[in-house]
Amino acid sequence: MALLEVRNLTMKFGSLVACNDVSFDVEKGSVVGLIGPNGAGKTTLFNCVSGFYKPTSGKLIFDGRDVTNLPAYEVARLGAVRTFQVVRPLKEMTVMDNVLVGAFLRGADADTAHKVAEECLSLCRLEDKSHNLAGGLPIGYKKRLEMARALATGPNLLMLDEAMAGLTSTEIKEALEIIKGLRERGITLLVVEHIMEAIMSVADMVVVLDGGVKIAEGTPREIVEDEKVITAYLGAKFTERLKRSGEVTRND
Amino acid sequence: MLTKGKIDRKDLFWLGLLAVFAAIPVTPWFNHSSFAQHVLIQVFLYSSMAQAWNILGGYCGQVSFGHSVFFGIGAYGAGMAVVKFGLIPWPGILAGAVIAAVVAVAISYPCFKLKGHYFAIATFAIVEIFNRLFMVWYWVGGAIGLDYGFTQPGWKNFVWYQSKVGYFYGVLLLFMLVFGIVRWIERHRFGFYLRAVREGQETAESLGVNSTRVKLSAMALSAFLAALCGAFFAQYNYRVDPPMVMSLDMSMKFVLITILGGLGTFYGPLLGAALLIPLQEYTRAYLGGIGGGVDLIIFGLLIVIVVVYQPKGIMGILDRILNGIRRSRSGEGGK
Ligand SMILES: Nc1ncnc2c1ncn2[C@@H]1O[C@H](COP(=O)(O)OP(=O)(O)O)[C@@H](O)[C@H]1O
Ligand SMILES: [Mg+2]
Repeated sequence: MALLEVRNLTMKFGSLVACNDVSFDVEKGSVVGLIGPNGAGKTTLFNCVSGFYKPTSGKLIFDGRDVTNLPAYEVARLGAVRTFQVVRPLKEMTVMDNVLVGAFLRGADADTAHKVAEECLSLCRLEDKSHNLAGGLPIGYKKRLEMARALATGPNLLMLDEAMAGLTSTEIKEALEIIKGLRERGITLLVVEHIMEAIMSVADMVVVLDGGVKIAEGTPREIVEDEKVITAYLGAKFTERLKRSGEVTRND
Repeated sequence: MLTKGKIDRKDLFWLGLLAVFAAIPVTPWFNHSSFAQHVLIQVFLYSSMAQAWNILGGYCGQVSFGHSVFFGIGAYGAGMAVVKFGLIPWPGILAGAVIAAVVAVAISYPCFKLKGHYFAIATFAIVEIFNRLFMVWYWVGGAIGLDYGFTQPGWKNFVWYQSKVGYFYGVLLLFMLVFGIVRWIERHRFGFYLRAVREGQETAESLGVNSTRVKLSAMALSAFLAALCGAFFAQYNYRVDPPMVMSLDMSMKFVLITILGGLGTFYGPLLGAALLIPLQEYTRAYLGGIGGGVDLIIFGLLIVIVVVYQPKGIMGILDRILNGIRRSRSGEGGK
């Protein structure tokens, strides 16, 4: 049984269909990439899965439970936690306090929460910023804070919405290392990402959305050769480059 | 900072401060004038009120202009027990506080569904509703209110006539209770959740925080403590009537003292009250003839000045000064 089952998910905003009959599975322990051009409906799908939007129709099964109509905090308690594409630091709180809010989800004990928070901070390389106010961090740090905070809740499924957008190439490498670290800890990941090279190197499976519709699903290798994906999103030149650089052949 | 059972420097400072406060009545200054005693008692009462409000308005970010209602319910709890039922005030104080918490939750449940400023506006209306309701509710004394007869002074009846020392320690206990609770909250999960809801409700929910429950709990606790303050107010004045307690004036004091002192800070309510209450009492004493409201004008001006200069109020100004000193010290150390 898959950890997350998305079944015929449709989300309409008035006449706009942001997600149109989308179905796919996220297997336990895997990293699934969700890609597609701007406006494809990726964030909307995240909002549905995480309980921020009620889907117009369709079903969401997480860990065997129907979570379609649960409020966001219930979904998070069950272990499906998301980050925000547009970062949302709790501005007037320190980085440590931000992460503690997440860490308190698994128990009210302050010592335990503190330990968990410190672990997540160091995993996301934020330990030297822990006493800074979150609102004043540079964007790269804010992105990592999103991750550290979500991670501190002890999720089974972590949903990252463009966690690497706007980062420098060094920062992207760091972020990829972090993601690989999470995967080794057995956390299942659903990752929305624009940076193809990045996602291709970590994902087991990739789902491609375009105009709210799922146009392809498969391993990274299959995706870069998929005609529909190339015309809709990647472009032939890109596929060439990606193949030559050998990024697709990941070490599995 | 978060470790259980350990007392840190901040705790020591706080305990020291309480010891100093507790020693005030043995100083010659205290017995010098009963007006000074009155002002001091008011400072502790209003800082407790402001701190009760701060739980909801400061830490949780939900600005309520309705707190005089809960304050009033507490005052009536004590008043009804003493005047109407001829009892000691204590069961009435407890009942009043519980009723205030229940009323607060019942009122705010629909109001919390309102976004942003609409919550604050809705709480405005509630003061007016309760004021009018109590004015015509004859069972609780209507517009005339409830007047305490003479009873045996002491802790049992919680009234004193000759000396104000009893009231002083009474209000100090209230102060310790309210501030102690906030101190506890600040370092426990609830405190983190309060601030998380203030800083971003959706973000908090994405981390598993039930923001509605957090806000309702904050409201209930805040109203409960405000009601205890109201009960003290009735005992202290030997009477209660609707305009005394349930008024926008009174509501504004909860809000303004906290804003002036520093929203969402532990010492803010004390600092705000320590500045505003003497100002209020002395302007009333000396400018009383001009009519009420002079103190509120000065209040308003002070708030505007402080908030424009430093949104974190007096606490923000103090922080800035302390940081300045620390920096210049460490700078010297480096040379
Ligand atoms: N809350 C909303 N109300 C109306 N339209 C929305 C809302 N959220 C997203 N949309 C629309 O849905 C479409 C998909 O958006 P989004 O999910 O953000 O795309 P992506 O994350 O893939 O870039 C866009 O056309 C966007 O304008
Ligand atoms: Mg998006």
